[in-house]
Amino acid sequence: MKHLLILALCLSAAPAMANRVFVTNEKGNDITVLDSATLDVIGTYPAGNRPRGITISPDGSELYVCASDDDLVRVFDPETMEETHTLPSGPDPELFVLHPSGNPLYIANEDDNLVTVVDVKTHQVLAEIPVGVEPEGMGVSPDGKVVINTSETTNMAHFIDSDSFEIFANVLVDSRPRFAEYNHDGSKLYVSSEIGGTVSVIDPATQQITHKIGFDIPGVLPEAIQPVGVRVTSDGKKVFVALGPANRVAVIDGETDEVRDYLLVGQRVWQMAFTPDEKFLFTTNGNSNDVSAIDVDAERVVKSIPVGQQPWGVVVAPN
Amino acid sequence: MSDRSFPPGAWMTAFLGIARRETLRFINQRGRFLAALVRPLVWLFIFAAGFRAVLGLSITPPYQTYVLYEVYVTPGLVAMIQLFNGMQSSLSMVYDRETGAMRTLLVSPFPRWFLLASKLIAGVVVSIIQVYTFLVIAWFWDVRPPLSGYATVLPALILSGLMLGAMGLFLSSAIRQLENFAGVMNFVIFPMFFASSALYPLWRMRESSTLLHDICALNPFTHAVELIRFALYGQVNWLSLAVVLGCLAGFFGAAVFMYDPSKGLWARRKGKA
Repeated sequence: MKHLLILALCLSAAPAMANRVFVTNEKGNDITVLDSATLDVIGTYPAGNRPRGITISPDGSELYVCASDDDLVRVFDPETMEETHTLPSGPDPELFVLHPSGNPLYIANEDDNLVTVVDVKTHQVLAEIPVGVEPEGMGVSPDGKVVINTSETTNMAHFIDSDSFEIFANVLVDSRPRFAEYNHDGSKLYVSSEIGGTVSVIDPATQQITHKIGFDIPGVLPEAIQPVGVRVTSDGKKVFVALGPANRVAVIDGETDEVRDYLLVGQRVWQMAFTPDEKFLFTTNGNSNDVSAIDVDAERVVKSIPVGQQPWGVVVAPN
Repeated sequence: MSDRSFPPGAWMTAFLGIARRETLRFINQRGRFLAALVRPLVWLFIFAAGFRAVLGLSITPPYQTYVLYEVYVTPGLVAMIQLFNGMQSSLSMVYDRETGAMRTLLVSPFPRWFLLASKLIAGVVVSIIQVYTFLVIAWFWDVRPPLSGYATVLPALILSGLMLGAMGLFLSSAIRQLENFAGVMNFVIFPMFFASSALYPLWRMRESSTLLHDICALNPFTHAVELIRFALYGQVNWLSLAVVLGCLAGFFGAAVFMYDPSKGLWARRKGKA
């Protein structure tokens, strides 16, 4: 009985887990920090020139930001938002992905047709991998063995062996692939095609496209439906796809790969990030200068919060 | 005769009598209920479709994020139901006057304010039933305010219903014949409805004309709409609340005054007739 009481007390007293949400503002050259529980802005901090891709180390101690016009990655202390050091990145870094272990960092160099691999501990470039034209999307398998890069002009998803840094497979997808995301057991890879207007579902084992998800929103022109960011819940049951100037996030059944609903968010939605408990999904709306918070369970947009100019990337601090 | 000389039961009997008459009128006119429902639904299904704003309306309080036009227009249509209902009961007052039923009511020993208030309350109850039926249908049309909003909107509905009903009563005191009611439609209902925040956010009005915006901001119907809109999302718009309360007191006071046979238009009319 006593234990039950204590448990009940703990449950009732447990506050909603508050995590900090970091948003890069491409035009504002800064980072807006939000509180994931109150959905309020905590502060805005300088972030170099044209900050786009953003990620955080698994232990939450280092925040990495692609400062595209500075041609480097800036590293911040997430607590103080002071810049601690920079990492070499190659020219025009746009998007990157961190190995599940927290090292190394795989960076897409949009102008140089390269993926640069950087050791975040030694700050050394480990490899430069030639890929297709205009590389952008970066994904990594849950076991860390395969890194995916998508090249926007070659229209391919490149499968890179993370040990040898060699491309071992290429999958042709629809026009202008922007983003690659594995589900949590690594059985599916989602690649979004911005101009093609589809998301390709790829079987990573065979590197074959098993399904193509199309989108149709009544009243919205098909060319305005431009899939970019993709996020999958850890149980793999829900896939969210940001549809750019359609101002919608599509909710997809992760088992059948069928679109279930479209959620109205701000203008030109590109990137997204879950809170660690997957209660909220945050979306960056580049043209309306705000971030929309989606209640993941209810599949409803709860609030849109004004941030800096042209929000691009978003990441939520781990617990 | 002093008000206090009636036993409490008598007040109740009088109120129930009036309420029963309103309810019977409402129940026996199924067409009226349907019409009252069809009107806002036509606006929601057809008009709102034309203005759908598929890429989302910009955020105005109390909304916390982007909404589609049908979500925006719903509180306006709720207020429209109440506006028409208020006018409908004012129409019935004119009708009562023409048929002579009004005399029966006015010879009652109860004070005039009580009789008018009873009629007003009965009308508001009818309008609230219509509103909730409409909100249920709108829910299936994907207009889904938070569930708690359906409870928090009730006090707002009562106040806005009373205010619009009192306005109807006041107008009915000034209308002599049923035929004149068309004039009320043209000169009261339509301008009130269109020059309000029911169909479009007021900032859009400001883009075309500041004068029009100011007129809209002064329109009591705008405040009825905003009171309902905020309440539907669990918030209070204090300015609108104050305006609605003020207008309720004003219109009701004026109606009581006008229905006094020794004062107001009633007396003037007798002289004319």
